[in-house]
Amino acid sequence: MKNPIYLDYQATTPLDERVLEAMLPYFREKFGNSASRNHAYGWEAEKAVDQARAQVAGLVGGDAKEIVFTSGATEANNLAIKGVAEMYREKGRHLISAPTEHKAVLDPLKRLEQEGCEVTLLPVDRYGAIRLEELARAIRPDTVLVSLMAANNEIGTLHPLAAIGKLCKERGVLFHTDATQGVGKIPLDVDAMGIDLLSLSGHKVYGPKGVGALYVRRRNPRVRLSPQLDGGGHERGMRSGTLNVPGIVGLGCACALARAELASETVRLTALRERLWSQLRAGLDEIHLNGHPTERLPGNLNVSFAYVEGEGLMMGMSELAVSSGSACTSASLEPSYVLKAIGVGDDLAHTSIRFGIGRFTTEAEVDFAAQRVVAAVQRLRAMSPLYEMAKEGIDMKSVKWSPTEH
Amino acid sequence: MAYSDKVLDHYNNPRNIGSLDKSAPDVGTGVVGAPECGDVMRLQIKVNEKGVIEDAKFKTFGCGSAIASSSLATEWVKGRTVEQALQIRNVDIVQELALPPVKVHCSVLAEDAIRAALADYQKKQQAAVADPAAGAAAGEATKAV
Repeated sequence: MKNPIYLDYQATTPLDERVLEAMLPYFREKFGNSASRNHAYGWEAEKAVDQARAQVAGLVGGDAKEIVFTSGATEANNLAIKGVAEMYREKGRHLISAPTEHKAVLDPLKRLEQEGCEVTLLPVDRYGAIRLEELARAIRPDTVLVSLMAANNEIGTLHPLAAIGKLCKERGVLFHTDATQGVGKIPLDVDAMGIDLLSLSGHKVYGPKGVGALYVRRRNPRVRLSPQLDGGGHERGMRSGTLNVPGIVGLGCACALARAELASETVRLTALRERLWSQLRAGLDEIHLNGHPTERLPGNLNVSFAYVEGEGLMMGMSELAVSSGSACTSASLEPSYVLKAIGVGDDLAHTSIRFGIGRFTTEAEVDFAAQRVVAAVQRLRAMSPLYEMAKEGIDMKSVKWSPTEH
Repeated sequence: MAYSDKVLDHYNNPRNIGSLDKSAPDVGTGVVGAPECGDVMRLQIKVNEKGVIEDAKFKTFGCGSAIASSSLATEWVKGRTVEQALQIRNVDIVQELALPPVKVHCSVLAEDAIRAALADYQKKQQAAVADPAAGAAAGEATKAV
């Protein structure tokens, strides 16, 4: 087993060797610019890019021509949200999203708000899911875009994309989904699900960092975007800039592999996740699952270990690479806004750990991880004043604390 | 973030974990922080007739730096008089543990915990002077315990 064991697959994934092999020639002899129309180097690069376009479309549905390559999902989200808001300004200035979205969606929306748009963030339930009735109520004549993620990056909760897409279609509103975490992990089909715009990233599907794509629907309806980068008019004018050919080849290859392995990986990762969860529950009391028990990413497990602070816990299991919703892991000292949005109190948010399981995770690694977590939590609970108080039957809510200024 | 060797040492081998009888008249208990803020420290001192802190215990909910800060605090207060213990400053803890700026609040909390424990002890002593029988009962009134 590698040390530390990588269990942070929602943060990033290792590049698959097969992807690397596919990319290498495009760093070396096949270095052409795909926009060079007059010689073999350019044709070769263009052919590779076209193949990658088809591979991406093959994974998410739609036509190869509907794929716009970007530098990653953050850029794809910015292009989708700002591009639609600017292009459809005459139709309206209202956008709908949810508080559990990634910052790469929330921050572009915040900027649009500063520029005069109106944004409605739908309430989410305790699992992080929106309610369709609330969405139906929120849509107005001047609504131009609904942006809701396929799967949450922290708690793994899935949104009912097909139902959302159907509702948006009925009401004549464009539907964008940030599918960064969902692509290659759950079945996606832009046509069957009524998705008009879909963002994805290479490095979350065992492809390279620095490359991603935005699916942009070309018919029924034809989505138009105001470009966010001006220049040579690449990517049907929606994203100027010489194409990152090796990266795009890697993204295409990664999508093809993910498509081929999606069904078997879903079964394997779900089993590993449940194995980890049941071992943790067998070894510890007072632990809480964050997110939905079943409607979640196969490889995501987010758990709050009451009375043990997340960063302190991670320090005690340095053989594992995981992440925490604890404030202490970020510079802001604020605990996870996603956990806050689903009603997890700050006290429990500080005790959360996200386990991300993926393509290269083994059963032995999961067993080892569970054993390490149980031991570390037990050790820290033995030195936790809160655990002692809880065992004495003291109600934490009744205690008058003395919070310090941070 | 990389931890200093001293933080790692205190985290892996914390000194003086445990509890003292919080109702005893010679024990002072300080509990500072809040679960919502991600750190709670409980520091206890036991003072002998000469006014010297002869034992100290802690329990901490928090990150590694918070655990190390409180562990170090118990080490430092032991053997000091109440007055000497009051001289301990958070900057000393920052320096000893090489805490980065984002972890300075852990040292502040540790200083607060020392002061709260000393204040609790002093309150009990004053109560004992005023009404010797009430000395022990005062321990129940310490904040957050």
